[in-house]
Amino acid sequence: MTDFTVLGIEDIRREVQARSLTALGIAEHHYASIAAQDEEIGAFLTLSKERALAQADRIDRMAAEGKSLPPLAGVPVGIKDVMVTRGVRTTAGSKILEHFIPPYDCTAVARLEAAGAVVLGKLNCDEFAMGSSNENSAYRPVHNPRDLSRVPGGSSGGSAAAVAANMAVATLGSDTGGSIRQPAAFCGVVGMKPTYGRVSRYGLIAFASSLDHIGPFARSVKDAATVLQVIAGRDPMDSTSANIPVPDYVAELEKPVRGLRIGVAREYFGDGLDGEVRDAVESAVEKLRALGCEIVPVSLPHTPYAIPAYYVIATAEASANLERYDGVRYTQRAKDSKTLANMYRRSRDEGFGREVKRRIMLGTYVLSAGYYDAYYLKAQKVRTLLARDFEQAFREVDVIGTPTSPTAAFKIGEKSDDPLAMYLADIYTVTANLAGIPGISIPCGETKAKLPIGLQILGKHFDEGTVFRVAHAFEQAS
Amino acid sequence: MKVSQNDVTYIAQLANLELTSDERAGLERDLNSILEYVDRLSELDTKDVPPMAQVLAARDGAEPGDSARDDIAQGLRPSLPREEALANAPDSDGEFFLVPKVIERG
Repeated sequence: MTDFTVLGIEDIRREVQARSLTALGIAEHHYASIAAQDEEIGAFLTLSKERALAQADRIDRMAAEGKSLPPLAGVPVGIKDVMVTRGVRTTAGSKILEHFIPPYDCTAVARLEAAGAVVLGKLNCDEFAMGSSNENSAYRPVHNPRDLSRVPGGSSGGSAAAVAANMAVATLGSDTGGSIRQPAAFCGVVGMKPTYGRVSRYGLIAFASSLDHIGPFARSVKDAATVLQVIAGRDPMDSTSANIPVPDYVAELEKPVRGLRIGVAREYFGDGLDGEVRDAVESAVEKLRALGCEIVPVSLPHTPYAIPAYYVIATAEASANLERYDGVRYTQRAKDSKTLANMYRRSRDEGFGREVKRRIMLGTYVLSAGYYDAYYLKAQKVRTLLARDFEQAFREVDVIGTPTSPTAAFKIGEKSDDPLAMYLADIYTVTANLAGIPGISIPCGETKAKLPIGLQILGKHFDEGTVFRVAHAFEQAS
Repeated sequence: MKVSQNDVTYIAQLANLELTSDERAGLERDLNSILEYVDRLSELDTKDVPPMAQVLAARDGAEPGDSARDDIAQGLRPSLPREEALANAPDSDGEFFLVPKVIERG
């Protein structure tokens, strides 16, 4: 009996190519794993079985014909339900899109499938990716596979949980303020947010367009690098996707880390950081020193202003992006509205959940006449200061090591009534979104209660290669 | 309190939301607590700092025009067939999206 929990992407491709495993068998195994576990966990919102089995069959036929298989051949993947999939329901975790069947595919999903991946289904998330615990899903909360009484993190909670519970080998998530890295840390898996513009956002349901990123979850750094390799690169359908060549990330992993300079910023080890998380991250940094890296103190002085700047910018952009859900084009409309304005309001009232309304309201307020300069313009200027902090630090170091989240996974319900406390769960991750730099979260130990702890490694714009290299060296030494 | 109940009602109108009175009370409380936290931004002197409007433009050597492509006559892909474009419409006549009456007659 094959142990699927240890098979990486390269193993799967090799076994399917050699016909010692079939893509169909692997897909069916993962569907069985979903059937056995997901009632408790709640990672999947929609299964795309027909599409998955057709793709698996196509891969198996290629193998039977002796054709060379593409890099993700037969690899079962899941997609956060904020990426549109042609013919497969896409909800963004919201009631307002409960019956929405997109007419086209997100570029990242299309590229995964073109590389041979088998899309098992769509993954639960906070409504419109707004949240840090997955409790804002309009459908159901996701439970952390490592401790079912705890949150998996958010907003890509389903994407992290599916990988952690071996219901998929890799998944895609989106990260606007930490929504890939924080759930990766909470669930004990690898999660990578690439540079802004590295991966096309075509077909990603927009939350905050200057902060939104697509990236992979996987069980190993190598698998995450393999997935990013496939989805990265210029896409003419997204004018913000960068016209910059994609290096061979897997080849980068093998380069030595000796002599690399790792920055440590004291602003990421201040008040609010849990003692066990601090200890684990500090020993992780020591381990990197033992691997021959040089540890260099750096300063990112504007860090305390990141969360307030972020919540102004992100909500402002969200209030504009979510204007399109007006009861005209996207399936849900309040019944018996007599006028157009009334129909808009009632449809949005019925369709949006509490946190989404809160953010639309905050975003509308900070953009409204009389407040624009005080809030929105001010936050955009502070964003410049935060980006300059990193520019300065990266003159001294190659990467920066930080905790991913100030605590390990918290209890379901613990913070759901206090929006500000919830926002602070993103305190170490929002900075990378504001500056547009890449960041990864990798497991670096556990608390006494056996909850995973994440180490975040931040890098320079378009230098995912070095981020992966350091993460891989740490992972191999763990 | 910076945000009053009247402000909440006004902002809800701008945002095309109706909101129940319970929701409005909750939002008044939440917006005030979040904005109080946001106010720490005013501690920073940003008089000579430009706003960061473009993420990629902040990158060394990259211009915002980096990603522009040449004009093309046909579009990058054919338009969706009409029935596919209308498939998610709550109401349509097969040709257009239908909405309730826009102009009131007195």
